[in-house]
Amino acid sequence: MTSHVTTSIEPSGIRWQSILPIVAVLALAGLGLVSSDYIVTVLGFAFIYAIFCTGLNFFMGYTGQASFGQSAFAAIGGYGSAILCTDYGWEPLLALLATMVLSGIAAVLVGYPTLRLRGHYLAMATFALGLIVYEITIEWTALTQGYMGYSGIPPLGIAGFALDTLKHQLVALVVLSLIGVGIAARLRQSRFGRALASIAGSESAAQALGVDIARYKLIAFVIAALYASAAGSLFAHFVGFISPEIYGTTMVIQSFAMLYLGGIGTMWGPMIGAIIVSILPEALRGLKEMQDIAYTAVLIFILIFAPRGLAGLSVLFRRAHGRVQEKA
Amino acid sequence: MALLSVREETMRFGGLFANQSISFDVQEGELLAVIGPNGAGKTTLFNVISGFFPPTSGSIHFDGEDITGKSSHDVASAGLVRTYQLVQLFKQLTVAENVEIGSHRVTRGGVFSALFRPEWMREQEKSVAQGARDLLRFVGLEHQADMMADTLPYGRQRLLEVARALAAKPRLLLLDEPAAGLNTQETDALAEVITRIHGTGTTVILIEHDMSLVMKIAQRIVVLDFGKKIAEGTPDEIKAHPDVIAAYLGGTEMADA
Ligand SMILES: Nc1ncnc2c1ncn2[C@@H]1O[C@H](COP(=O)(O)OP(=O)(O)OP(=O)(O)O)[C@@H](O)[C@H]1O
Ligand SMILES: [Mg+2]
Repeated sequence: MTSHVTTSIEPSGIRWQSILPIVAVLALAGLGLVSSDYIVTVLGFAFIYAIFCTGLNFFMGYTGQASFGQSAFAAIGGYGSAILCTDYGWEPLLALLATMVLSGIAAVLVGYPTLRLRGHYLAMATFALGLIVYEITIEWTALTQGYMGYSGIPPLGIAGFALDTLKHQLVALVVLSLIGVGIAARLRQSRFGRALASIAGSESAAQALGVDIARYKLIAFVIAALYASAAGSLFAHFVGFISPEIYGTTMVIQSFAMLYLGGIGTMWGPMIGAIIVSILPEALRGLKEMQDIAYTAVLIFILIFAPRGLAGLSVLFRRAHGRVQEKA
Repeated sequence: MALLSVREETMRFGGLFANQSISFDVQEGELLAVIGPNGAGKTTLFNVISGFFPPTSGSIHFDGEDITGKSSHDVASAGLVRTYQLVQLFKQLTVAENVEIGSHRVTRGGVFSALFRPEWMREQEKSVAQGARDLLRFVGLEHQADMMADTLPYGRQRLLEVARALAAKPRLLLLDEPAAGLNTQETDALAEVITRIHGTGTTVILIEHDMSLVMKIAQRIVVLDFGKKIAEGTPDEIKAHPDVIAAYLGGTEMADA
């Protein structure tokens, strides 16, 4: 999918593959706009998670590393934005950018010493980071208000113009998540993106071609942290309330499900996964006590029939298509 | 001055001397073969030269610069590029993209140029894609450009690895048993490719078990046995060398070549 675009053999296929998802996302958003606030909220969460997962995909998908603590950066974003906007009256957008910088610095501090080591040090360090930040959000009540959480966080706004209805905010979230995917696609299809992919493919081969793998892992980690932070801030503004559980382990598990279901390492996989995993429980709500079973069944079904994720299914189309072309 | 100079290089794994006090030079433009029985220490020698691990003692100079103990990506950046005995492709990427990654060392740009795509960056992307296509044609893989690398037959995977290394425009190319697992036709095609690479002025060091291949294309040969260099010379000198014949179990392999 991503690699497909760089090889520039079937121009018609490229357009088809990048426009269809955008159209689908806009159609879904349009559907949301004529629905109840409840559905708007569910969709809003889906697009926030799409941003989170698109970032995580840099590190776990393109670069092939594991991080169990990305929720920490979402917490920095969320709490940072909450504190700056509620207590200090900052502009939401400014707070979002400032907390992204803070998350980026935190990612460098955690990543620099650990990414040079081989093995699972980074995975362990990120796991610890997630737990530490979670503890801070609970224990440092003077800063975070502990279990009570932060409420009264203003909605997102641009230059004094607040997006005060949920539907306005949904539009903003859709636009931001599409920009997020666009940035990811641009970065992936470049010397930088190829260096990341080489690390996922074979670290020793990457090094033998001159790729400084520690450096590129760190950059991917920081980019993932920036996306996570932005997602955390957006969540705070969208809901207006945050508490420690929001940025806990559930977020990590949820995002893994989304990545693998949607298609890890693909361009649209994170977004597809985020939307499906967010919407599915709601769609199955009518089944009452059977809901959990049905939900699990659908997830397993998808993973069996699309082991490379839903976005990976487009490969089937491409392969069949390619074969026809070869014959012709 | 030699392009590569290995001096008294020793690599010890616990009590085992995988390489013991090995010295030799490679001149610019040469095609040198390193041969020796299984476990002789050939791959270890490549690992040390390419910075995969630092030697226990001794030194490696490349283009007049001491590269002993430098990291493998620094060594590669300097223009010393290697392939692996066990193919190390980027399996989930296309054949073309594998080669495009090879150009990392001879291109520039990071996150910002990728995001804002200045003119030079777009030009560079075009020449990277074009260069990859040319190299695939060079090794005869142009029709497989869009296949996933792991769907290639094994022999072609080896050719892809060579093409990818060439994309890095190496000054010195180290090939670790590129003909392993190839049939006669594929080996001939590979020999042709290596000769052409050498013909373009690239210095090559080749580890190879296939004696007929080595005798055909190498200008000079270094022979290792139990971690030590036991002989060095032209193919004809090596064929007649008593220690070499002894190392190869009575010389059947040598005589065949
Ligand atoms: N990383 C390592 N740790 C411990 N021992 C090693 C390591 N690498 C190689 N050896 C040992 O060093 C010796 C030389 O191995 P090496 O792989 O260099 O041989 P080779 O000449 O390439 O053999 P082959 O022709 O089978 O590829 C062997 O005994 C091997 O077991
Ligand atoms: Mg070997």
